[in-house]
Amino acid sequence: MNLHEYQARDILRRHGIPVPPGEVATTPAEARAIVERLGGKVVVKAQVHAGGRGKAGGVKLAKNAGEAEAHAKAILGMTIKGLTVHKVLIAPAAEIASESYVGIIVDRASQRPVLMVSSAGGIDIEEVAAKTPEKIHRLAVDPRYGLLPHQALGLGFALYPDIAQARAAADIMQKLYAVVYAVGASLAEINPLVTTPPPDGKVQALDAKISIDDNELERRPEIAALRDVSAEAPEEVAAREAGLTFIKLDGYVGCCVNGAGLAMATMDLVKYYGGEPANFLDIGGSSNPQKVVAALRIMTADPRVRVILFNIFGGITRGDDVANGIVQATRELSLKVPIVIRLTGTNEREAMEILTKAGLSALTDMDEAVKQAVALAKGKAA
Amino acid sequence: MSVFIDQSTRLVVQGITGRDGSFHAKQMISYDTKVVAGVTPGKGGQLFEGVVPVFNTVAAAVAETQANTAVIYVPAAVAASAIFEAADAGIGLIVCITEGIPVLDMTRVLPFVNERGARLVGPNCPGLISPGKSKVGIIPGNICKPGNIGVVSRSGTLTYEIIHQLSTHGFGQSTCVGIGGDPLIGTNFIHCLSAFAADPETAAIVMIGEIGGTDEQQAAEFVQRSVTKPVVGFIAGQTAPPGRRMGHAGAIISGSSGTAAEKIAALERAGIGVMKRPADVGPLLKERL
Repeated sequence: MNLHEYQARDILRRHGIPVPPGEVATTPAEARAIVERLGGKVVVKAQVHAGGRGKAGGVKLAKNAGEAEAHAKAILGMTIKGLTVHKVLIAPAAEIASESYVGIIVDRASQRPVLMVSSAGGIDIEEVAAKTPEKIHRLAVDPRYGLLPHQALGLGFALYPDIAQARAAADIMQKLYAVVYAVGASLAEINPLVTTPPPDGKVQALDAKISIDDNELERRPEIAALRDVSAEAPEEVAAREAGLTFIKLDGYVGCCVNGAGLAMATMDLVKYYGGEPANFLDIGGSSNPQKVVAALRIMTADPRVRVILFNIFGGITRGDDVANGIVQATRELSLKVPIVIRLTGTNEREAMEILTKAGLSALTDMDEAVKQAVALAKGKAA
Repeated sequence: MSVFIDQSTRLVVQGITGRDGSFHAKQMISYDTKVVAGVTPGKGGQLFEGVVPVFNTVAAAVAETQANTAVIYVPAAVAASAIFEAADAGIGLIVCITEGIPVLDMTRVLPFVNERGARLVGPNCPGLISPGKSKVGIIPGNICKPGNIGVVSRSGTLTYEIIHQLSTHGFGQSTCVGIGGDPLIGTNFIHCLSAFAADPETAAIVMIGEIGGTDEQQAAEFVQRSVTKPVVGFIAGQTAPPGRRMGHAGAIISGSSGTAAEKIAALERAGIGVMKRPADVGPLLKERL
C-alpha cells in the first residue's frame, strides 16, 4: 500500500525528522486559505500514487494566495497516469542549497534492509544510479543490531563534508530506519533531502515516499486506516475487497486463475497463441464460490473483454467450489461473452458434474483451453 | 535417493489442529509420510486422528519423538514465531507453507535460522515431495510419479502444472521443491540445484522461475559453472505488466534485471533449455537426456 506524500511527511515528523510545514487542501478555496495563513511563496503539489508528478504538470510554484488558488483549481481533478488528483499539498517554497537522496528498501539479494544515499538527489536519481552507480552509497543493515551510529555518520559524511550537517543527516537516517520497522514499510525514501542556504544550513526532508508491506496491515490498523481508496483504480479496489489480486491490462481475453505463477503462465500462453490477455487475476488458494462471482463481475465490467478463460489447477482450491461459483455467477450476471473453462486437480470429477448439470463444459488441458478462448475472441472480433 | 526429504524424514506438524493443518496432516499421513508429532499450544496430550501425539511446544515434540523436520500451517500473524520455535528446538529442515508473513519479520527470522544451521523452505510455498517416499506440504501426491527428474520452482499451482506434464510424458520425479514466491525466502534455486547435482538418482533438473528479483540469473550462472546434468527452465510473466514502481529505490537496486526477457536470456546464456510454454517440458527433456 502506498502512502501519499503528506501522510509520509506526517510519519517522518512524528519520528523526529525535520520536515518543513505543509497542509492539505481538497478545494481551491482551501488552498487559498492555507497560503493566506502560511504567507510567502508556496508549492502546490498533486497528491497521487504516481511518479513523475512534476513532469505531468502536477507540481506548481505560486507567488501568492491567488496564484495558489488558480494552480489548485487546475491540478485538482487532473489525471496523472490514469489516477485522478483529489488532494493537493501546499508547502512553503523552500530555498535550497543542495539536494540529496536517502532511501531504505528491503533487498532480496542480501535479505536485509539496504540504506542507499547519494549527494546527487532530486528527480533524476534513477538516471544517476544507472549512469554513475559510484555516486550511490549502499549499506545492508544487520537487522539484529539496526543502523549503528558510526555507519550512519559514515554515510552522513558521504553527503556533507560539514560535521554538523553530516551529524544531522546521520540522525535522520537512523530515524528513517526506525520508521521502516515502526510502520511496516517495504520502502521509505526522502528525495530530496535538502540543505537550506548558509548561514543556517539546515538539513530537512522536503519530499517523502513510504510504501507499506500489505502483509503488515492486519496488525497495524492505524496504518491501514491511511488507505485512500479514492486514489486507487476502482476495479482494483473491488478486487482487493473480494480477496482477489487483479491487474488490468490492454487485451481482450479475461483470465481467471488460481495462483500467481499459473496466472502469469496462462497470460503468456494467451499471447503465445496470438491473443492478448485482458488482465492478471489470481483467485488465490481459497475456494469460496463468492470469490468467483466477484471475479467474473470485475472482468465483465470491461467492455473490451470478449471471452473469459478459467484456468484452475486444484490443490488447496477445490474444483467443485470453483464450478459452483461459475454456475452461480452465470445465473446472477447474465454474461454476454463466452466462457472457456479448464479445470483439473482436486475434486475434478465433482466439478465436471456440476458444470454439466448447468449446461457448461470444461477441458482438462491448458493449451486446448487457451487455444479455444483465443479462437472465440478472434471470431467475435471478425 | 532424493533431496531434503525421504523415508528417514520424521515430521512434526505445527498447527496440526487448525483447518489447513489438520486437512494436510491427513493427506501427508495417507501418503505414508512419517508424521510423528503435532504441535498446538494448549492441546498437548491429545491424539490427532487417534494416532499422532500433539504437544504444546516443538521442543517437547522433538524430545519425545525425535522429529527432524517441521512443517508450518499456522496463521501469518504467528508464522514467524513458529519458525523461530522450530529452529530453536533443533529442527534441521523447516518448511513454512503459510502465506502473508511480513517481509520485515523475515529479515529477523533468516539470520536466526542460518545461525542454527537449519534449512528453511518457504515461506509462502507448497513444500516438497519425494514421490513414493515422503510428502511435506501441500503438493497433490496423485499428480507425482517416482523417477529421476528434480523440480525446483518459485510457484505453487504452476509447479503442479509442470509436474502433471512431466508425469503425463512419463518423466517421474526424484524430488519436487516449491521454494516460495516471497521476496525473502530460506532455500533458493542454487541450494536446490546443488543438491540435485549431487543426488545420484537425479538425472535432469527442471527450474521454474518468474519475474522479480535476480535469483534466476544467479541460478543460471551457477548452472553454467557447476552443474553438468541437463537443466531445462521456464519463466512465467512475459506478458506481465512492469511491476508497480516501488519509488526510486526499487529501480536503483535492481535496474531492469527483474523482467522475464532478462531472465530468459540469462538461462539461455547458461545453456539451459528454455520452454516457451509448460507443455514443452516433456519434449525438451527428451531432447536433452
